[in-house]
Amino acid sequence: MTKAMKGGTSLSRANQRRENIAGYLFMLPSLLFFVGFVIFPMGLCLFNSFFDYTMTDFRFIGLSNYKELFADPIFQTALINTIVIVVVSVPVTCIFSLWVATIIYKMHDRYTSLFRCIFYLPVVTGSVAVTVVWKWMFSPYTGILNYVLKNLGLISKNINWLGSPDYALGCIILILLTTSVGQPIVLYVSALSNVDHSLVEAAEVDGATNLQVFWRIKWPQIMPTTLYILVITTINSFQCFALIQLLTSGGPNNSTQTIMYYIYYNAFKLSRYGYGSAMGVILAAIIAVFSAMQFKLAKSDNG
Amino acid sequence: MSENIKNAAPQVHHFKKPKSGNQDHSVHQTTPYQVVSVIVLIIIAFLFTFPLYWIITGSFKSAQAVNARIPVWFPTEPVTANYVKLFEKPAFMWMFNTVFVCVMAMIFTCIAASMGGYALAKKKFTGRTIIFSIFVCAMALPKQVILIPLLKEMAFLKLHNTLWAVILPTVGWPFGVFLMKQFSENIPGELLEAAKIDGAGETRTFTQIVFPMIKPGIGALAIFTFINTWNDYFLQLIMLNSTEVLTISLGIAKLQSEMSTDYGLIMAGAALGSIPIIVIFLMFQKFFTRGITMGAVKG
Repeated sequence: MTKAMKGGTSLSRANQRRENIAGYLFMLPSLLFFVGFVIFPMGLCLFNSFFDYTMTDFRFIGLSNYKELFADPIFQTALINTIVIVVVSVPVTCIFSLWVATIIYKMHDRYTSLFRCIFYLPVVTGSVAVTVVWKWMFSPYTGILNYVLKNLGLISKNINWLGSPDYALGCIILILLTTSVGQPIVLYVSALSNVDHSLVEAAEVDGATNLQVFWRIKWPQIMPTTLYILVITTINSFQCFALIQLLTSGGPNNSTQTIMYYIYYNAFKLSRYGYGSAMGVILAAIIAVFSAMQFKLAKSDNG
Repeated sequence: MSENIKNAAPQVHHFKKPKSGNQDHSVHQTTPYQVVSVIVLIIIAFLFTFPLYWIITGSFKSAQAVNARIPVWFPTEPVTANYVKLFEKPAFMWMFNTVFVCVMAMIFTCIAASMGGYALAKKKFTGRTIIFSIFVCAMALPKQVILIPLLKEMAFLKLHNTLWAVILPTVGWPFGVFLMKQFSENIPGELLEAAKIDGAGETRTFTQIVFPMIKPGIGALAIFTFINTWNDYFLQLIMLNSTEVLTISLGIAKLQSEMSTDYGLIMAGAALGSIPIIVIFLMFQKFFTRGITMGAVKG
């Protein structure tokens, strides 16, 4: 994108003052909301994590929350489950969206947008509506999934999908996948449409196969989009909450416990605000590390 | 969820109008791979629409049909009993609350973000690079982790358990400013200079020159904010708990926890909660898509 910053390398002092005043006045409303309801609570979250903070107490305890956290077996389970969710859902989401996008971006506009809408539907439908209908479909007795799978001969008796520690996490990941591919598909379709066509044509004239054209020309050009998609999908997967709260509440036997749900459980069910805040800080740190890693990885791949 | 269009990254492709005449593909021959993939894609697409189909048909099924061991694929004798039951609950109020929250969040976000985005893109005030970096970094952080202190803050401001406790944090979320900065970058500097020379003040420049030029961006942001606020279950769950301030998402969740096996009623709630927002999405789909793609582009 071009920045129209022509000539204005040094403004006169009076002009600069006027720019400052105007600039900050325009920024004022958004800064007010941003500082008041994002930055301030973020700082407070970090601050509270050093306190034994409950309904009745507010006492400085240094790093004790963090120490307790790393010794807490449920937190470890939650951490492992969260990582499983991320490690499974992020690559699957990216590959699936890219696959869909490569098929639909060449279609007639009308069909492109039809498919884009269909894959975006679960996102717009809303996490709660999606979750309750899946709960019904997964239901052991009246659920359609058991019925269909039995008729197809894939299972012999009804399975209690969400009530079994073997299947519950898999079910959660499945639903999460349906709600996360919509946005990457939109992004990939747009990125693929913007690939430089003269390069593609030149390669084709030189006799490159479709696969070669894809890997050598399109893939490097959509790399920034891939990177962006990796980051947002990772963040989304880390934050998966409604599904868990409404379907399993972290059960059975903590098999679907995630960090996000465990934060909620500690802070809002047990009123352990300090402990919950410490977990929030750790979660934020983990996400930052993951994003930075993907950034690095994709950069070195590209370079 | 999708609210998280966060930018942590890229130096991206030019934003061209998608699909400006790349019809060269018509010369390609259709390979078996393409045929198979399209067929597979169509099957998957059907599976993706199935939950919605199941919500809608389920909401018209009788209790008997809902609990049948052999699923009723289509309610041949549709009943409205579920909706009658739904509206015996305060479903109207849930809808009203939801719309109120979404509209307010949308209006405030659009005003604050278009002003802020314009300033970040076009005003060379001291500290703007730092401010912008902070906005971008904040987008990459999980929104939910700030909910604990936010709850306390709202309690302190005596806003807890009011709809404003959901509206205000939504407006504060930095994505809007980021998106509007992207759109404002395209305003030619010459135009702003010309306005200045003609003696237009800052306010007039903004309302008469900038605003009309970033209208498409505001459209994208408006629809984006509306849909995401509608579906922001976690924030609503934390901030709202007395019956008169519940939103439709919370209403459905409540139905589920209170009468977990009355799937007909729950589906009626889910239909009420999702159909309006789907219709809005389909109507403004173009704006929405543009918002998503622009949000990914870093100038």
